[in-house]
Amino acid sequence: MKQGIFKIAENSALTSNVFKMRLSGDVSDITASGQFINIKLDGLYLRRPISVFDRDADSVTIIYKVVGRGTEQMAKMQVGETLDVLTGLGNGYDTSLCKEHAVLLGGGVGVPPLYMLAKTLIAEGKKVSVVLGFNTKDEVFCEEDFKNLGADVKVTTVDGSYGIKGFVTDALPVNYDHFFTCGPEPMLKAVYKATNTSGQMSFEERMGCGFGACMGCSCKTLTGYKRICKDGPVMLKEEILWED
Amino acid sequence: MGRLNVNLCGIELDNPVIPASGTFGYGYEYAELYDINVLGTFSFKGTTKEPRFGNPTPRIAECYSGMINAVGLQNPGVEKVIAEELPKLKECFNKKVMANVGGFSVDEYVYTAKKLDEQEQVGWFEVNISCPNVHGGGIAFGTCPDNAALITKAVKEAVKKPVIVKLSPNVTDIVAIAKAVEEAGADAVSLINTMLGMRIDLRTKKPVIANKMGGFSGPAIFPVALRMVYQVSNAVSIPVIGMGGVSTAEDVIEMMLAGATAVQVGAANLIDPYACKEIIEKLPQVMDKYNINNLNEIIGGVK
Repeated sequence: MKQGIFKIAENSALTSNVFKMRLSGDVSDITASGQFINIKLDGLYLRRPISVFDRDADSVTIIYKVVGRGTEQMAKMQVGETLDVLTGLGNGYDTSLCKEHAVLLGGGVGVPPLYMLAKTLIAEGKKVSVVLGFNTKDEVFCEEDFKNLGADVKVTTVDGSYGIKGFVTDALPVNYDHFFTCGPEPMLKAVYKATNTSGQMSFEERMGCGFGACMGCSCKTLTGYKRICKDGPVMLKEEILWED
Repeated sequence: MGRLNVNLCGIELDNPVIPASGTFGYGYEYAELYDINVLGTFSFKGTTKEPRFGNPTPRIAECYSGMINAVGLQNPGVEKVIAEELPKLKECFNKKVMANVGGFSVDEYVYTAKKLDEQEQVGWFEVNISCPNVHGGGIAFGTCPDNAALITKAVKEAVKKPVIVKLSPNVTDIVAIAKAVEEAGADAVSLINTMLGMRIDLRTKKPVIANKMGGFSGPAIFPVALRMVYQVSNAVSIPVIGMGGVSTAEDVIEMMLAGATAVQVGAANLIDPYACKEIIEKLPQVMDKYNINNLNEIIGGVK
């Protein structure tokens, strides 16, 4: 983990309420896809944890949906303004567990962390199939980004207004050997049931610190108690314990 | 003797800054970020006889200038703390640590404290009779002077090391509790634990926290904490450790003027992991600004 001051290099709307922000600064502690950063905002006490969409040598890109006061404030910020950010948080996805063909399943704002993951898997020479799930056509984002990486991309919408009608589980490819997913909990549960290979799932929880100190985001797993922020957010399918 | 040194129950501290229990784990998470030997000491995560998972999530809610937590004393249990956490701490911390102890009966407090008393890394006990997040334990002892005294006396008789009793602000008269634990033999008191609070999510129309209520901490509670530290330190003759929303070197000095011998920093660590290090570094320059030579000269300076 590193704390640093980052400069906003880009902050643009992808849909009516989803924004893409690129932050310039020391990104050396971001070592895996699926990690997150924790952003301090003026006037708000807790930092806002947001997953990493991509990183390059000197910047990190996030994609966030406006859902409350913190993200509303972020959406109004201008290029050139600065933010206090903790980087390199969370374990991230382990791409070595996929041998040849990965399927990546993202729902809504669970889509962004899969981008850097897809990039990494493709760089490792693996075949990548991506299924992006949204409620409706107006909410779709990032389809082109994944296509430009050379991944096989399918989009599902619940109302059928775009792509395949249904959920991400309705567009699962065949013959993959490992899955990676991020999305709302009902989707994760559906993916858990619909897949019969090993896989990794990224979870979300209200966090206090984001770096393992406060025990605010603990969960029970088949391999013991874990902190979503520090031991996760990515868990192996084999260790997940659904509590209800 | 440096100008930041203070003496806490016979043990010299390089400075009065102590990360508060529950915000600093067993220390080593922070040792990845900075040398935690710069701290006066720290109070480790509240430890109980048996391992505890704590409360269901969500356990955290945000407030204006603060937060609510309802972790519920999640900890691996005293045996594992001794076998696994303390050895890890030894690698990165060469000072005495404050052992925060919780429980659900007098016997549990005594059992846990006795085990930890044998550990040479432990310098003090901080007996938590004020956790708002567990039912039937913790706070049940901290809201009644007689029960608070009972626990204090039992732990005091069971251990050799100094016993600090951590007090709850969720009482009508904190002074009465402080006097009761002093009478029962406490070597010091620390206050305040979190204030009982609540938030409701307007979208779901349900409490944000699964446990409904939780402990409110952060800068918002600082004036209440300061007032209680002032009242208690004027009523007892044992040292008082002040805490509650302390976030800056200025806050530390204010707490000491109100009567604190040492000062704990809690929620601030979670927002800025370097908070305690920065407070310690800034103390000398803030002291210079307000013409303070030595911190000992200001303890209880406000009458």
